[in-house]
Amino acid sequence: MPPDRRGGIGNWLLAAFATLVFIFLMLPLLVVFPISFSSASYLQFPPPGFSWQWYQRYFGDPDWIDSTIRSFQIAALCTALSMLLGVPLSFLLVRSRRRGIWLLDRLAAAPIIVPTIILSIGLYSIFARLQLIGEWYGIAVAHTVLALPFVMILVGAGLRGFDESQEQAAIGLGASWATAILRITLPQLRPSMISAGFLAFISSFDELVVAMFLSGAEKTLPKKMFDNILMEIDPTIAAVSVTQILLVAVCLGLTTLFGKGALATTLSR
Amino acid sequence: MRLDVQGIVKRFGAVTALNGVDLAVEEGEFLTILGPSGSGKTTLLKAVAGFEVPDAGTVRLGDRDVTTAPARHRNVGMVFQNYALFPHMTVAENLAFPLEMRGTGKAAIARRVAEALALVELGGYAERLPRQLSGGQQQRVALARAIIFDPSLLLLDEPFGALDRKLRESLQLEVRRLQRRLKLTTLFITHDQEEALVMSDRIAVMDQGRIQQLGTPGEIYDFPVTRFVANFIGESNLIEATAQGGRVSVPGFGTMTLPEAPAPGPVTLLLRPEALRLGAEAGAAACHATATVLESVFLGLSVKLRLQPEGAPEMLARLPLRPSDPPPAAEGSTITIGFRPEDVHVVPRG
Repeated sequence: MPPDRRGGIGNWLLAAFATLVFIFLMLPLLVVFPISFSSASYLQFPPPGFSWQWYQRYFGDPDWIDSTIRSFQIAALCTALSMLLGVPLSFLLVRSRRRGIWLLDRLAAAPIIVPTIILSIGLYSIFARLQLIGEWYGIAVAHTVLALPFVMILVGAGLRGFDESQEQAAIGLGASWATAILRITLPQLRPSMISAGFLAFISSFDELVVAMFLSGAEKTLPKKMFDNILMEIDPTIAAVSVTQILLVAVCLGLTTLFGKGALATTLSR
Repeated sequence: MRLDVQGIVKRFGAVTALNGVDLAVEEGEFLTILGPSGSGKTTLLKAVAGFEVPDAGTVRLGDRDVTTAPARHRNVGMVFQNYALFPHMTVAENLAFPLEMRGTGKAAIARRVAEALALVELGGYAERLPRQLSGGQQQRVALARAIIFDPSLLLLDEPFGALDRKLRESLQLEVRRLQRRLKLTTLFITHDQEEALVMSDRIAVMDQGRIQQLGTPGEIYDFPVTRFVANFIGESNLIEATAQGGRVSVPGFGTMTLPEAPAPGPVTLLLRPEALRLGAEAGAAACHATATVLESVFLGLSVKLRLQPEGAPEMLARLPLRPSDPPPAAEGSTITIGFRPEDVHVVPRG
């Protein structure tokens, strides 16, 4: 009899382990979802009854909606900037044969390592001089600093796995260097690039610390949520969270659709 | 178109990859660069394709000096070792790519893609992606893509390396037929000497950044000019002997007179394993010795023997074998081996 691959105790343990991790990851959602539909006017779990009032409060309040739109704008600009800067930089870091380029490659992750609060203070003093405090595009630029490492790590990984002889082949067949990159290399990096764009977008949309320093009176959504918790703690925050989670889920769905397993394939490299 | 390479030198830091290579491929000729890895053959190919600019020397295609011309302006078709098909494009899109780059019209592209696919017998595969094809089919797509735009020169960089033996042999013949039919000037790179012998009009054997010998497969096999070539092509017994007074004395085997007397001093003789004689025939030969059979390997069409002659280094013999023949010699037995003057070739540059 051949050994049954699905039967062993090891596989059973693995399944149990995976289930536990999933429960751990999902637990916050199991609390947030019910509370957002609560009929109580304070955070109570389990909620005493059902109501839409917190969603009405969120969508009816121009303050909440403005900060949501602002966060969207910032995240979109941040994604565009980090892709425009990060993709060419990845090419440089992966392809350059200059000595010491590996050092730059490691340094690319620096914004992740430096405490965000230190980065924020630094940016604050510069932005204050440039009168960028409270400008949404200022925050987008600051978020780009934080998002760039994601783009460079993901696109760099994709590029390292790419067979460079294809570019040579294209050039030998009559393509210019630019045509070879645009028609041969970039289409094949699409999964990495979509993942990178997604992570850049989320990292900005969900970012609080930099926004606290730089947003001034023009609040981003995370800043607005933070203020809401400080001042009038009520289940609106849960409704906002659920809306945000749904939006991210839609983004993730689109990523999977257009990137063909983008996150999974790129990260597994 | 004729390819003319003259005095090519290419260095990478302290390493000299090409050390003055001269080579001409005549129009319609199939010329093979044969050499071990590190011999410089890939660098030579890159210099011809336009992926490396040589430090010295010229590359001419027809009347044009293309030494520093960018690869995309050389009109050279190349089949890469790993095929380098574009995995995100269908077979038809892969074939259309070089034509698009040349501004060919849509209708003409469609027609020529269909023709090229018919040429490599992949008519029904236009809409497949490369990964949906077998290795041999991918190889044919790569070949079709390299010739669809009527290149001045076809470069093949070890294109059969990844295929299993049977497929490799049938594709070798197929490529050869196609090359003859289309009269394509072809430069073929390989480290596989059998492949080179099967396919080539001429072979250039490369080692240490130089061409060691250039000639037809027969010339290279029968009359190698250096020990390296003799060793690299086929199996060989290289015998160290001494020439004196028009005669050559072979340690352990006696002396003989060669048709052309070599200059006095040490000489290297090449004796192919199939030229070594055994038994009574050997005893009558000018040079003979008694040898112990160390090993006997059955190869189907022939038997290979590893022999230890008395007073001489080990030798190889290869005997043709018909089904009714008895085994020629058992391991451990003692036989007479020998050779005649016409069986050996003096390697000119020891």
